[in-house]
Amino acid sequence: MVLKVFFPSCCSSAESGILIGRWISEQNSAVVLAVVHFPFIPVQVKQYLSELQRVTKVNVSVLGSWNNSKQEKEESLSEFLEDLGTIFSHEPWIQISKEGDSKFWSCSTLQKRSNNHREEEIILVYYDQRKVMLSCLHPPLDTGASTAHEAEDASRLSAIFDTVAKSKILFMTDKYDDGPIKLTHWQSDGVEASIIVELMKQASVPACMLLTFLLSLISGACKSRMLKFWPLSFLWSKLSTCEQLSHRLQHLQVISSNKKAQNQTQLMRKANIFVSLLIDVALGILLMSWLYRKNRIGHLADTLIPVADHVAEELQDLLQWLMGAPAGLKMNRALDQVLGRFFLYHIHLWISYIHLMSPFIEMILWYVGLSACLGLTVALCILSDIVALLTFHIYCFYVYGARLYCLKIYGLSSLWRLFRGKKWNVLRQRVDSCSYDLDQLFIGTLLFTILLFLLPTTALYYLVFTLLRLLVVIVQGLIHLLVDLVDSLPLYSIILRLCRSYRLAAGVKFRVLEQQDGKPLRLLMQINPLSYGSVVQTYRLPTYSCYPKDSWTSLCKKLFLGELIYPWKHKGEKQD
Amino acid sequence: MEGGRSRPPPRCPPGVEERPYRSASGAPLALRRRQHSASCRELALRRPRLQLRSLSAVTSAVWLAAYGIFVLSENSMVLSAAIFITLIGLIIYLHFVKIDQESLLVIGSLGIQVTSSYASGKESTTFIEMSRVKDVVINEAIHMQKVIYYLCILLKDPQDPQGVSEVVPLFQSSQPRLDCLMEVYKSCQEILDQRKEAPQSSEMK
Repeated sequence: MVLKVFFPSCCSSAESGILIGRWISEQNSAVVLAVVHFPFIPVQVKQYLSELQRVTKVNVSVLGSWNNSKQEKEESLSEFLEDLGTIFSHEPWIQISKEGDSKFWSCSTLQKRSNNHREEEIILVYYDQRKVMLSCLHPPLDTGASTAHEAEDASRLSAIFDTVAKSKILFMTDKYDDGPIKLTHWQSDGVEASIIVELMKQASVPACMLLTFLLSLISGACKSRMLKFWPLSFLWSKLSTCEQLSHRLQHLQVISSNKKAQNQTQLMRKANIFVSLLIDVALGILLMSWLYRKNRIGHLADTLIPVADHVAEELQDLLQWLMGAPAGLKMNRALDQVLGRFFLYHIHLWISYIHLMSPFIEMILWYVGLSACLGLTVALCILSDIVALLTFHIYCFYVYGARLYCLKIYGLSSLWRLFRGKKWNVLRQRVDSCSYDLDQLFIGTLLFTILLFLLPTTALYYLVFTLLRLLVVIVQGLIHLLVDLVDSLPLYSIILRLCRSYRLAAGVKFRVLEQQDGKPLRLLMQINPLSYGSVVQTYRLPTYSCYPKDSWTSLCKKLFLGELIYPWKHKGEKQD
Repeated sequence: MEGGRSRPPPRCPPGVEERPYRSASGAPLALRRRQHSASCRELALRRPRLQLRSLSAVTSAVWLAAYGIFVLSENSMVLSAAIFITLIGLIIYLHFVKIDQESLLVIGSLGIQVTSSYASGKESTTFIEMSRVKDVVINEAIHMQKVIYYLCILLKDPQDPQGVSEVVPLFQSSQPRLDCLMEVYKSCQEILDQRKEAPQSSEMK
């Protein structure tokens, strides 16, 4: 079988020595992690390797020898290196030698146990050690998989990535350390660290503790008995601002927890939540500064009342139109007048209420606008709630119209069955035949006729108010969509994919380098980054709202029958 | 085919063979075969490049239409919008649509790599490990009134050793004809056969 040697590109110019790494026998491949230089004592090397094996749980051993001769080939050195094969017994013993600055290395193996010295083909694959160590292969292996299966099912690539990632501690010793072993790997020139990162790590501990304390206070206050009384709890559940605030509180709790992230997914989630909160608050403060400059809030409050008045006037005109002969349809005069007057009175009440509130509107709006500093999502939720409150009368009209229409439809269907001599059996949930008395039939037919001829009027009112309600629902829906977008977009992952694309790997790609006859095949292994679509899909943050599960046909059926539709149901709310 | 100006075929380096074929729709293709080592082969299918003729035809059509609308509506925004749309459309076409070369790199005992190079230089690569590959076959499909042959890689199903979990079609935008596909198929099978020999010979040790 073909022997594959994964060689780190940083060791290409290393001095002669021996190669240490992991030998994966099932795949006949050797992953070289570092080069140990002369002089060394073999016993110390073996001790070091067993210590390393214990700590990292990676089967690190001596794989072979590396001969980098700057001048002509030194015969004595190559013999010495061959003899080393007897001290560190490893099957097969890999010998790589490089002459001068030549790109083409010669690679051979020594097999002591096999009888036939078959020339097996060797493939040399160069890899960037730092990038492979930092990168994370997607889709990630389940941590719950048992170790027995891991050895069989683990693909070649994940085994290599795993080996390099787990050997982090090997890369911590650099050439300035005064140990018995001198290594060359990607960090052997000196471990780099950033002061800012270290300072932030130190500062984050007390900051997290402070945040946890504050959050416990706030959540304690929220759970107090006072806020659980019926009118208040009902109000909290209906306002989307409270939902959004509790969602963000949860996020803050996740970030400020003391436990370190166990694996990559948790770390990315924490980072995404942090960046999302940061951007949210930044945009909110920007919005707030824009609103409060040039007293735009005052202007907004001043235009709110005239807008509400305008909406009410338009509704009154609409009702006058319906009370006449709308679109040429002939309505039942008496019912028309009753319904029209009822709704007109409702609007009159609403207008008086708004006018009562008008002196306080500016102050309320000014203070409510301050809460935009909590985030853009909170500001959008407040906007959605204001829209809901201002169009409350449209919601009321929709409910009245729908209930009336629903009653009429059920009455009609029941009387239609009576007409044909049938009855709905509630026990068996089916239609049964029934014999009615003459007076029952007479009254039933009368009522049926009355309801049937009054149907167009009710249906028209229902249609008009349903359309208005749907318009308001669409506007609110768009706002919620925007809020969900800001909530769930994994910005940190997207920026990571843009700037450090090797950290999110979908796989690898190979490039064939220059070849020379007689020398092993040279390949360069590079990391193939994840596409943006998969990044967003994998790291999306979960949101609290669930979109309507009704399909279009069930929605149309509900509209036809006059059942009330509740388009936005939050998770955890009981279905009516 | 172009009448007057015919470009000379590009020189290929030694060790590389290049042969002309045709795609299913009649466009000329060039298959380049390169043997890097005993178990590594690269097969690249080159498509005709973007012609200056068609590019200038589309651009002038769009600009003439925009000028016509400008004359009718007297709004100069139409002209700048047309220029903007042409530029953006060209960039999107070169970066996301126009594939110049599709190549297949078969490395015995490592895997198969499929690369598509776009006209803007972007390369989109997929690498499939050899342990997941069951076989490379030529499949036929009936599309409208034609029968098309396409080359595809069959992937193993982890649960069912005899089953196929996924079919990865190759050379989808070039769509070469059967003669080209047979060449590619023979080259791939020579290398895939080696992996069937290897476990047997290691048992004989």
